[in-house]
Amino acid sequence: MIVSLNWLSALLGRDLAAADVADRLAMLGAPVEAEEELRPSLDDIVIGLVEQVERHPNADRLTLCHVNDGHGMVEVVCGAPNVKKGAKYPYAAEGTVLPGGLKLEAREIRGIVSHGMLCSARELELGTEHEGIMEVRTDAAPGTRFLDALPLEDTRLELEVTPNRPDLLSHKGVARELAASYGVPVKLPPIPDAPGDDGGAPKQVKKKGTVGGVQVSIEDLEGCPRYMAAVIRGVQIGPSPTWLEARLRSIGARPINNVVDATNYILYELNQPLHAFDLANVRGNAIIVRRATPGEQMTTLDGERRDLTPEMTMICDGEGPTAIGGVMGGADSEVSATTTDVLLECAYFDPPRIRKTRQALKMNTEASYRFERGTDPDAMPDALRRAVQLIRAVAGGDEPEPAIDVYPKPVKTRAVFLRQERVTHLLGTPVEREEIERILVGLGFPVAPKAKRLHVQIPGWRPDVTREIDLIEEIARCRGYDTFPTELRPFRTSVVPDDPIEPLKATIRRVMTGMGLNEARSLSLTSAGSEQAWRVLNPLSAEDAYLRADLLSGLVRSAERNWAARERDVRLFEVGRVFHATGESRPHETQRLAGVISGERTPLHWTAQGKSADYDLWDAKAMFEEAVRVAGPEGDIVEVDGGWQVLDRDGARRGWVGALAADRPPWAAQLLGFEVDLVVWERPHVQYRTSPTTPPVERDVALVLPEGVTAAAIEDVMREAGGALLAGTAIFDEYRGAEMAGRSVAWRLVFRAPDRTLRDREADEALDAVLAALKERLGVERR
Amino acid sequence: MPQSSTPQEQLDAVAQAVDRASAADAATLAELKTEILGRKAGALTLILRSLAGLPSEERRAIGARANQLKQQLEEAIAARERALEDEARAPKQLDWTMPGRAVWHGAVHPVTAVVDEICEVFRALGFTRVTGPEAETEDYNFTKLNIGLDHPAADEHDTFYLAPGTLLRTHTSPMQARVMEQYEPPIRIVVPGRVYRRDAFDPSHSPVFEQIEGLAVDEGVSFVDFKAAIDTFVKLFFSRDTAVRFRPSFFPFTEPSAEVDAQCQMCKGRGCSTCKQTGWLEIMGAGMVHPAVFENCGIDAERYTGYAFGMGAERIAMLRHGIPDIRLLWENDMRFLSQFAE
Repeated sequence: MIVSLNWLSALLGRDLAAADVADRLAMLGAPVEAEEELRPSLDDIVIGLVEQVERHPNADRLTLCHVNDGHGMVEVVCGAPNVKKGAKYPYAAEGTVLPGGLKLEAREIRGIVSHGMLCSARELELGTEHEGIMEVRTDAAPGTRFLDALPLEDTRLELEVTPNRPDLLSHKGVARELAASYGVPVKLPPIPDAPGDDGGAPKQVKKKGTVGGVQVSIEDLEGCPRYMAAVIRGVQIGPSPTWLEARLRSIGARPINNVVDATNYILYELNQPLHAFDLANVRGNAIIVRRATPGEQMTTLDGERRDLTPEMTMICDGEGPTAIGGVMGGADSEVSATTTDVLLECAYFDPPRIRKTRQALKMNTEASYRFERGTDPDAMPDALRRAVQLIRAVAGGDEPEPAIDVYPKPVKTRAVFLRQERVTHLLGTPVEREEIERILVGLGFPVAPKAKRLHVQIPGWRPDVTREIDLIEEIARCRGYDTFPTELRPFRTSVVPDDPIEPLKATIRRVMTGMGLNEARSLSLTSAGSEQAWRVLNPLSAEDAYLRADLLSGLVRSAERNWAARERDVRLFEVGRVFHATGESRPHETQRLAGVISGERTPLHWTAQGKSADYDLWDAKAMFEEAVRVAGPEGDIVEVDGGWQVLDRDGARRGWVGALAADRPPWAAQLLGFEVDLVVWERPHVQYRTSPTTPPVERDVALVLPEGVTAAAIEDVMREAGGALLAGTAIFDEYRGAEMAGRSVAWRLVFRAPDRTLRDREADEALDAVLAALKERLGVERR
Repeated sequence: MPQSSTPQEQLDAVAQAVDRASAADAATLAELKTEILGRKAGALTLILRSLAGLPSEERRAIGARANQLKQQLEEAIAARERALEDEARAPKQLDWTMPGRAVWHGAVHPVTAVVDEICEVFRALGFTRVTGPEAETEDYNFTKLNIGLDHPAADEHDTFYLAPGTLLRTHTSPMQARVMEQYEPPIRIVVPGRVYRRDAFDPSHSPVFEQIEGLAVDEGVSFVDFKAAIDTFVKLFFSRDTAVRFRPSFFPFTEPSAEVDAQCQMCKGRGCSTCKQTGWLEIMGAGMVHPAVFENCGIDAERYTGYAFGMGAERIAMLRHGIPDIRLLWENDMRFLSQFAE
């Protein structure tokens, strides 16, 4: 919502400072998002007093004016028909640069030199009026700076208005908040040139009634509970006076013509959208408010052909729809240059219905925005009366007959009960009854004690206030949130247990970063669809049409992006959710860990003499094993084509590690990756075992493994045959040569007796037993 | 060494040799070895040999002392030899400016770090940490939280739908309802997690982002408790001297509602480009739990009161590290992420 500081000042009858207003509004809940100084570049224009007007000797349509510019008399040739002796006008002397960029020079016009010019509103870019020069009604002396004589300098404030506060979508509403804050009343400024008569009180009718020969009736009472109309005859459509155009321009609205400008002024002043119909185009002398019929169509005044539905409230004349109620008028009944008689609509439309209508039509107008949030049905008569006055002030028109007010079921003033002790209980600090009353009354909520409670009437402009808590908020807000202490008081601890997945994720992050991997975060929306991937109904683009079903794809793309940035070393992991369609109404969510590695295994170091090693499958396997151990399922890691997988106790695959296909530049190293389900299970605490106190005896042995014999099979036999003395095994070499069938694998076996120093002989006997078992069961011999 | 001296005098001379050894050069060490420990004419050898001619009492005393000195001297010589060796090798061969042998250091993502830190601060205030589904129902995401889909307040939640009535949660607030339906207060929880808005990427918006929800419900929880908890959080998370400002606002599921501003960390409130010259940074939306939400979750709104809050982790990470564009947080660029290694 954009407001003008001058406009607010006029409503509050005092000069407001922008910074102070911004501070107060911020602490009342409507912060200023942007502030703009409006300073027309008219510094050189002064007030000129025309002291004498003569006919131009050589031209019928021109006059020669003697203008007092404060320093003396100058002669100015003028072509405006409205120039009058004794009137004041904006005067631009020679050398002045006009807003359009034109620099004035003394100029001979039909044989007479004109020293400068008297300006029209359009020449000063203050309006559209160009019928004549701009008369300035001011007490300011000739030579006064024009900008000092007219309040054209203004500050535009853009307020952030929350959707519960439709009342703040108008100057009066904002002024009301400030009025409570400053402790002054809000008063509508008088309308210049307003006629004294106002047509009298509106005619209230239950169902239908007539105004200016037009019969007005409501059939769609749900969509439009109250409809008022006035008829003004004899208006003259034209540009608005400067003050009105200036008001509209000050908030960034475009002046259109005097009647439309007047309705817009009321909209921005009072938050009451109005619509002016050209009475000549209201067919059949009737206004009928009804639902659209299925398949009905109409052309709105933006020229669009609209498909209508029965959800929409239509304003119809005797022959059909002429406006979409509360949203936009129709092209056929729009006020135009030839309009002389106007039917002015002032209505209340049901907010949810307006919302549905504008959503269906994909339109959002100043009117629909306000009706959707809720206007004040009680304020309609005053708004319509002021609108009629304003139109007659700026566009002329005869004294109208009283307006018609179709209001079949007038709503009663709403009231809410408030308990003082509840205010104190909820806000946590005592709030006195007097203070409560002062705040609420200041906001326009009449308060009366009733039994032990307060009976609070809710003004029509506050549709958001419906229950006690809403009033408590008003009290806290107006008292000032900063007046409440920040005192930490005792609390009881939460009964809600921690989610065990979170510490598991923290552990896995610690382990992965410890291995040198950086944590990645990838979008959970992706372009990759698969059988199990869940498709989003309304994606922004094909790029984010699916929920991710795995983490590795995102990390592969991240690796590719790093390569594209000439970064060869990629070490990334991600902990996050994946989503699968499982036939349920919602996707199944699983927490996973994935990692990718590519490039140097360690940072280059000079001791390696230029030699470096890239990550290989065995690095990836170790990371995977670590991940499974720390956060994965209980289960076995087994070989699967080109990598390994982990199977849980039910035999289901819960993770995988191996080499990955990627769009890899020639200089990049192979990309390896793993992904595993995070599984919460009770991991037992480590149970302490005594560290050995006796010395180990080591034996190295190289074995020739025929094809098909695995290291794991060898170690199984070793453990069994080595018995209690075999404390550990480790593979330290593998060799393949043409001279041997199979391969040679070297083991270091560590023997130890827990209770005594093992003798060499005993170790040798144990090793012999291992070798004998290997030969017997696997046919494996020493190399 | 004069032969005429007494065994005691000779031992004193040996004791001096122990001291000399600790600062001797290589040549002196060799001399000492010969002079004192030499098997033929070393001073100690001679002393020990001469013991036979001494009375037994004296013999025992001199003998013990001689053996002790022998061991001390041998150790002193060996230590000095090692030191000389190290000295000889070190300064000549090493350029001490050469880099050490490093290993890769991984970094936790700055957004995760912020989430964890925030949750830890609230843990100190008695909050436990829970999570909830990202695929939600309209009911939990909107209806139970008093957000009517026929009200313009719903427009602030541009929503990705997964199926009619099913959506990607637009905030972590649905967990308020899920937890309140499951537990009887006292409830104090924080809920970190991803949320989704149908917003195109720009420097400060992303269709997916991380939010941290908080909820405290018990008998007698008041606006003062709310302010105190948030104020304490800001001071623990940012710094002790950070000012906090509460401004009225509107959220359908809290009332009174507030926007919470922390004093700008960049300029300490003086006004700078980060805070758009206001001196304040908006860090969370919050307020007292709306009674309608209690009612929707089967909690007695007269008996219980509470407060709730929600904040964006990306924004706080960006403020903290001076990251100008939210998209940098999603690129997984190694050079970016490595900067956050501890």
